[in-house]
Amino acid sequence: MISDSDNASISKPDLSVNVGGIRMKNPVTTASGTFGFGPEYAPYIDLNRLGAIVVKGTTLEPRAGNPTPRLVETPAGVLNSIGLQNPGVEHFIDEALPYLAGFDVPVIVNISGDTLEDYAGLAARLSRAGGVAGLEVNISCPNVKKGGMQFGGDPAMAAEVTRAVKENSELPVVVKLSPNVTSIAAVAEKVAEAGADAISLINTLLGMSVDIKTRRPILGNTMGGLSGPAVRPVAVRMVWQVYQAVKLPIIGMGGIATAADALEFILAGATAVAIGTANFVNPRATIDVLEGIEKYLSENGVGDIKELIGAAHG
Amino acid sequence: MSLVTDAKVIQNKQVIPGYYRMDLAAPSVTERARPGQFLHVRCGSTHDPLLRRPISINAVDRRTGEVSLLYRVAGRGTSLLAGHRSGDMVSIVGPLGRGFTIPEGNEKVIVVSGGIGIAPLYFFLQELAGLGIKATVFQGAATSQQVLLGNEIKELGHSVFIATDDGTRDFHGSVTTLFENYLQNSDFAPGPGAGENLIMNKSYACGPHGMLRKLSEITARWGIPCEVSLEERMGCGVGACLSCACKVKTGDGGSVYHRVCVEGPVFQSGEVSWE
Ligand SMILES: Cc1cc2nc3c(=O)[nH]c(=O)nc-3n(C[C@H](O)[C@H](O)[C@H](O)COP(=O)(O)OP(=O)(O)OC[C@H]3O[C@@H](n4cnc5c(N)ncnc54)[C@H](O)[C@@H]3O)c2cc1C
Ligand SMILES: Cc1cc2nc3c(=O)[nH]c(=O)nc-3n(C[C@H](O)[C@H](O)[C@H](O)COP(=O)(O)O)c2cc1C
Ligand code: FES
Repeated sequence: MISDSDNASISKPDLSVNVGGIRMKNPVTTASGTFGFGPEYAPYIDLNRLGAIVVKGTTLEPRAGNPTPRLVETPAGVLNSIGLQNPGVEHFIDEALPYLAGFDVPVIVNISGDTLEDYAGLAARLSRAGGVAGLEVNISCPNVKKGGMQFGGDPAMAAEVTRAVKENSELPVVVKLSPNVTSIAAVAEKVAEAGADAISLINTLLGMSVDIKTRRPILGNTMGGLSGPAVRPVAVRMVWQVYQAVKLPIIGMGGIATAADALEFILAGATAVAIGTANFVNPRATIDVLEGIEKYLSENGVGDIKELIGAAHG
Repeated sequence: MSLVTDAKVIQNKQVIPGYYRMDLAAPSVTERARPGQFLHVRCGSTHDPLLRRPISINAVDRRTGEVSLLYRVAGRGTSLLAGHRSGDMVSIVGPLGRGFTIPEGNEKVIVVSGGIGIAPLYFFLQELAGLGIKATVFQGAATSQQVLLGNEIKELGHSVFIATDDGTRDFHGSVTTLFENYLQNSDFAPGPGAGENLIMNKSYACGPHGMLRKLSEITARWGIPCEVSLEERMGCGVGACLSCACKVKTGDGGSVYHRVCVEGPVFQSGEVSWE
């Protein structure tokens, strides 16, 4: 005889995914820099329901960040120039990690540096810290002078950063690519050769905005990174191209606000999806996306989310 | 009750040209709200404009569960907000942020507002009246028609002094000048360098950045503690994005960025790095 609970387990789709060794109970995670270190959104959602939490970008030393204004709205998007303000990796390990350890969710730490040594040092330090499920290597921040996009813009340098991190850590390494390149596939291939376990994309698109009243750039740092619904088609295209170029799992992001948006990324080749700017508009966006994906799978008789990954490629 | 709510518009009406008052049914907000806190309001329903807008809590009625917002139509978001009719729903997040410190009762309370800065201060003055504290209010506006809530504040039992930029009402000039004149001519205020045994004054302010900077200088000179409510462009409103940074002095002569949405919007004027 089949009991009710068996029935439920039969009809409930399997949402679990594996991102290069990071086991997630569902494919929904957060985009670095848009979710703080976790507690900021705890009043709004049950963090335990997330597939993983990707935290704010961390550097070896604390960083003050850029002058204000740091944010300006654009059609269906935002430009930000935060400049990686963060309290440094030691503070992160002492203060943020213990809090996150209270949840049953893999924690992925987003790391940034000015030099190869910075990345190597961060990788080594975080590997020893415990409680970290994976590293996301940010080689794509458009808002800092050194490092950042300079690494992400050049396939050979992207590979070098990947190697430096891999050599200093046993943790799964997700390399976050910059969309500000001519060929995203070329960068992905080099990063894959260098040993990356997964790829995430996209980071923000370099942009700017000018105030016609003051006749000056609006952002304190002149240029900034564009995110939000406005960038989604670009992000979907890049996920599609990278899926074709390399065999690695992809965390897709860029303008995801609804389950339909997330499914678009998954069908284009993403194994997991990250919600960024949408959190600002709807603090429950991650859970709304998760519930919408579940509903879609049930309604369409899909038993396992993995059936959909890359399905648009035919 | 959740911090994210769809609140029903009870009424939304123009109080003077370009300024609106919106009353929302939001008992979850009125239960918790403290003066100086704000709501993060979704002004439209599409992706453009994308972000919510921070608007201070102007008044609460804990009996009816209604919260009022007083806002100036500044651009696209607030224009959309002004288009709402009674019965419409508005998505709000809040109450958010750290508000004004409620005085102990033995201080002499001074309130200084510039323009729409009166919005959060009115809620503060409402709470003070409830505690039996009478404040001295200095209110600045561009012109006589733009003096908001002047009579309502008097009805709460506070004394009000008004300054208009164009001189169409009461004092001709800036509210900070009016306030400084008052300090010079009154006998209760301790002058620069006065002893510690005088009555403690405490001041609270909200208005344009330049006005707050000036006020910060004046209150520092007179030895009057001052709490200011600051504005910065906000992304998330909850402390996650770090876009609403405000430079705050550290003890060692340096500075750090604090988040206006979480550590503020109310700061001690002495800790703000005014530039
Ligand atoms: C904590 C806080 C409380 C506030 N309380 C109130 C209130 O009670 N009543 C009220 O009328 N306004 C209040 N404001 C200001 C209000 O948020 C802005 O006027 C509003 O966001 C403008 O949105 P908009 O879409 O209409 O204008 P936009 O089209 O976005 O911009 C119009 C103009 O406003 C400027 N602007 C945009 N955002 C801000 C901002 N956050 N701060 C300062 N200038 C900005 C732009 O530079 C531009 O010149 C508050 C702001 C903060 C940070
Ligand atoms: C305010 C803000 C801060 C960000 N900070 C970081 C960061 O520290 N590290 C990083 O790799 N990406 C950062 N990003 C990029 C996001 O993680 C994400 O790649 C991008 O915003 C696209 O997704 P979205 O459109 O869903 O926001 C930031 C984005 C925003 C809007
Ligand atoms: S608005 Fe996001 S941190 Fe303040």
